[in-house]
Amino acid sequence: MQYLAPQTLDDAVKALASQPDAKVLAGGTDLLVRMRSDMIHPDVVLDIKRIDETRRITQEDGGWRIGASVSAAEMGENAALVADWPGVVEAANLIGSTQIQGRCTIVGNLCNASPAADSVPAMVAANATVRVVGPEGTRDVPVQEIPVSPGKTSLKPGEFVASVFLPPRPERSGDAYLRFIPRTEMDIAVVSAGVALQLDEGGTCTAARVSLGAVAPTVLLVPEAADTLIGTKVDEPALEALAKAASAAAKPIADKRGTVEYRVHVAGVLARRAAVIARNRAGGAS
Amino acid sequence: MALDSKSEYDVRTFKVVGTRVQRPDGVDKVTGKARFGADITAPGMLTGLILRSPHAHARIRSIDTSAAEALPGVHAVVTSADFTPIDDDDFTDDILANCMARDKALYDGHAVAAVAASSGHIAKAALKLIKVDYEVLPHVTDVDKAIEPGAPVLHEGRSDETVPEGASPNIISRCEFGHGDVEAGLAKADRVVERSFKTEATHQGYIEPHACLAQMSTDGTADLWCCTQGHYMVRNTCAAIFRMEQGQLRVTASEIGGGFGGKTTVFLEPVALMLARKSGRPVKMVMSRSEVLRATGPTSSSSVDVRIGMTKDGKITGAFAELRYQGGAYPGSPVEMGAMSAFAAYDLEHVKTVGWDIVCNRPKQAAYRAPGAPMAAFAVESAIDELAKGFGLDPIEVRLKNAAREGTKSSYGVTYPAIGLEATLRTARDHPHWKAPLGPNQGRGVACGFWFNFGGDTCVSLNITPDGTVTVSEGNPDIGGSRASMSMMAAEELGIPYEKVRTIVADTGSLGQNEVTDGSRVTFAVGLATIKAARAAKAEMCKRAAMTWGIDPEAVEWRDGAAHATGHNAGEHPPMTLAEIAAIASNTGGPIAGHCEANPEGAGVSFATHMVDTEVDPDTGATKILRYTVFQDAGKAVHPDYVEGQFQGGATQGIGWALNEEYIYGEDGTLQNPGFLDYRVPVASDLPMIDTVILEIPNPGHPYGVRGVGETSIVPPLAAVANAVSEAADVRMTQIPMSPPRLLSAILAK
Repeated sequence: MQYLAPQTLDDAVKALASQPDAKVLAGGTDLLVRMRSDMIHPDVVLDIKRIDETRRITQEDGGWRIGASVSAAEMGENAALVADWPGVVEAANLIGSTQIQGRCTIVGNLCNASPAADSVPAMVAANATVRVVGPEGTRDVPVQEIPVSPGKTSLKPGEFVASVFLPPRPERSGDAYLRFIPRTEMDIAVVSAGVALQLDEGGTCTAARVSLGAVAPTVLLVPEAADTLIGTKVDEPALEALAKAASAAAKPIADKRGTVEYRVHVAGVLARRAAVIARNRAGGAS
Repeated sequence: MALDSKSEYDVRTFKVVGTRVQRPDGVDKVTGKARFGADITAPGMLTGLILRSPHAHARIRSIDTSAAEALPGVHAVVTSADFTPIDDDDFTDDILANCMARDKALYDGHAVAAVAASSGHIAKAALKLIKVDYEVLPHVTDVDKAIEPGAPVLHEGRSDETVPEGASPNIISRCEFGHGDVEAGLAKADRVVERSFKTEATHQGYIEPHACLAQMSTDGTADLWCCTQGHYMVRNTCAAIFRMEQGQLRVTASEIGGGFGGKTTVFLEPVALMLARKSGRPVKMVMSRSEVLRATGPTSSSSVDVRIGMTKDGKITGAFAELRYQGGAYPGSPVEMGAMSAFAAYDLEHVKTVGWDIVCNRPKQAAYRAPGAPMAAFAVESAIDELAKGFGLDPIEVRLKNAAREGTKSSYGVTYPAIGLEATLRTARDHPHWKAPLGPNQGRGVACGFWFNFGGDTCVSLNITPDGTVTVSEGNPDIGGSRASMSMMAAEELGIPYEKVRTIVADTGSLGQNEVTDGSRVTFAVGLATIKAARAAKAEMCKRAAMTWGIDPEAVEWRDGAAHATGHNAGEHPPMTLAEIAAIASNTGGPIAGHCEANPEGAGVSFATHMVDTEVDPDTGATKILRYTVFQDAGKAVHPDYVEGQFQGGATQGIGWALNEEYIYGEDGTLQNPGFLDYRVPVASDLPMIDTVILEIPNPGHPYGVRGVGETSIVPPLAAVANAVSEAADVRMTQIPMSPPRLLSAILAK
């Protein structure tokens, strides 16, 4: 097995172009586990942690650019980032355990393409984009377009994700992410929901994005659920409608972690609870 | 299990016993120096790996190992053809067949072949080169479906004479206990509750996977180093499998990272020995977590029907339970102990239990902490709770009204001596926890639990060193603090400081037969033997002092760590300390030692009452444990930290069993959750601090009054948590685990 650790994005792109089957390594909390458990045997591992751009959290156009090697714990240490996007940072810091959070990255979480990934519904609700680099240049892509099915992404051969961009946080806005797990930590979401919303001065919701995890082959962006909030004060009737819409949008499977009925029901419960947190963070009625 | 043995107990004031001394294994464990099963190495050793069946039930038409054998670096390949079945001993023969499948693979994960190679990579590659031709057969993993007409049959001709003619061949045996006339008793009740309960299989969940290193010489002698609860058992089992003389096989136990009963049998050791014999090299085998869950013994899943009748003032008039336990692919589920223990906490005139041992396509069950009792207690204690609440009675008072006490003839036949059940119930009733307020969606549950406890073959050697320190050699792996407890009891008896005693776990060549570390027996039985070994050493030291002084040995007594002249010799000679006697032992007859060989019978039954508060999220079915208190009789707590740890550990394992732990099988009969991600033992953040109250009702069968405490604590929690959740959710839960999907479904169906 060959291990490559380029120092620049350009070198990484070149290396990956010549070794399209190479596996990209950042935190390694998914990749190394898959290798150790005999699921994959890559000939080349390309470590991107030595590339400066992937290690940084920077403010950009009022928003935030988070490099692909930035760990969840590092995000949690950045007070300004936490103030702007608490839902995204909290979601990233639900992954695994404290030890895992010191290594794992939200880009890795995205590119692992699990429908149950914790940070992904939060990023989708936040309307985040990712910067994809590859032999044909650089492109910015909405987060929800990266996973296409469990374990599969839309990245082309030789491409990888270099960073995530979280847009500027609007006035009177808030985000939140909740997941259900049977224990209190070190688990994988049975169902999850992300909500980001914006209020006007009177507390009426003017924009909203609602996402659901672990209820379909990929994380879902659910506009019809968001529509139940827009134009309301995110009050009881709106929340009731949101829960119904979220449950209606959930199309889960039954597996060892939960039944179809369970996931459908709890998708609505979590969307509703996340919306209340997002509303309160936006300064709305509590 | 005889309970009427003569009293060994003497009232005394303790100096060392009952204190919280530093544990002797602590430093090595926290600094990583302790050597567990996988830490043992030998020059030239090979790595052994096992190929396992991917099918729940399949006929093995053929196994072609030629390509694996031809792979450079492979030194040996083993299949069942290398072993000779043991025709005159079904118990050991089943263990052997479980270690290596014969004509059929009986569960997902059943071993079918093994290799030993010069590296792990080569061994892995070799496994892939073994071609097994399987004929996949229909399978059954549910205990009730396994006995339906037409269910897939695992074995023909294994049902014993207790099984009615025409019953399913998957039923191995039937047992029955009780006395009185149950129907007549039930007829006197104001209300009879009749309910069916189910529990899923759970794994012991020890941290340390099974591991061993085997070496066999051309002269037929062999050595094994392994992680086990009983290296004498490993020796005897392997010697039987290899037709060796027991004395030719020496087994050394490593430190042990948990066992909870699951390491009271063998899975790897015979295979490692066979690979070592064929390769001529030492062979080391270490299981992965997935192998541990797929192929080592979880406990039984169960299906239990109960009928209990009660008068409106809370008197139980009649009680019946029928228990069906599946023991995996081989006979031996702990249903008999379930049937014996189900009503053991109560003084009943009319009681009967019937148990059925059933096989299905799951891994062969192994003992798990109070084997068989938690499932029975879940059913019985749930039904009693329902009856008490139905009459508006206090569930603790109802239990007190029916509690077994000294002189009660138990449902399984024995008549109890002094026991601690009423004390645990009264202490629970008077504890602040019982009166604490509860909030919305919260509920409180109580339940009682019983365990037999056990003695067993025990051999201890206590040696006085020339400088006056003491070494104790015992033959039971230290799984719950036994080295500390033995050192404490030896120090107590000899009247010397705890720090002067070191206890080691000796290999099978050093002592006589020792029963495995099971049945909560070690602090009781090995403790008794340690005390008696110390008494023997004291007698010898008194003799040596008498010889030195030139007086009769009868005129010397031992107190405060020294020999004292008594009677008319009192004051004539200054006392001789242990160290002074040891220093001149060479001149008074040679080294000084005491030893004890025993099979003590007065283990003393054990009871506990558990109390738990839960909060249920009615929208997600999630249960939170808010508060938990264990009340248990320890007889005498030798080292209270360890006793509390046993209480807390049993409660924790029971909470996991009640809420989330389960073996989940797919439609194809394969295990869906062979890892700690989806086999959910509780993590620290899932639990509050488990409070404990130690009660000490001395056991007449032990010199210091000790009772085993290791197992009873897992018996009540299934029912206690279920009773609390049923109250919090306002729906009676009769199936565990009460996982969020199952609980939410029950709440939504109200």
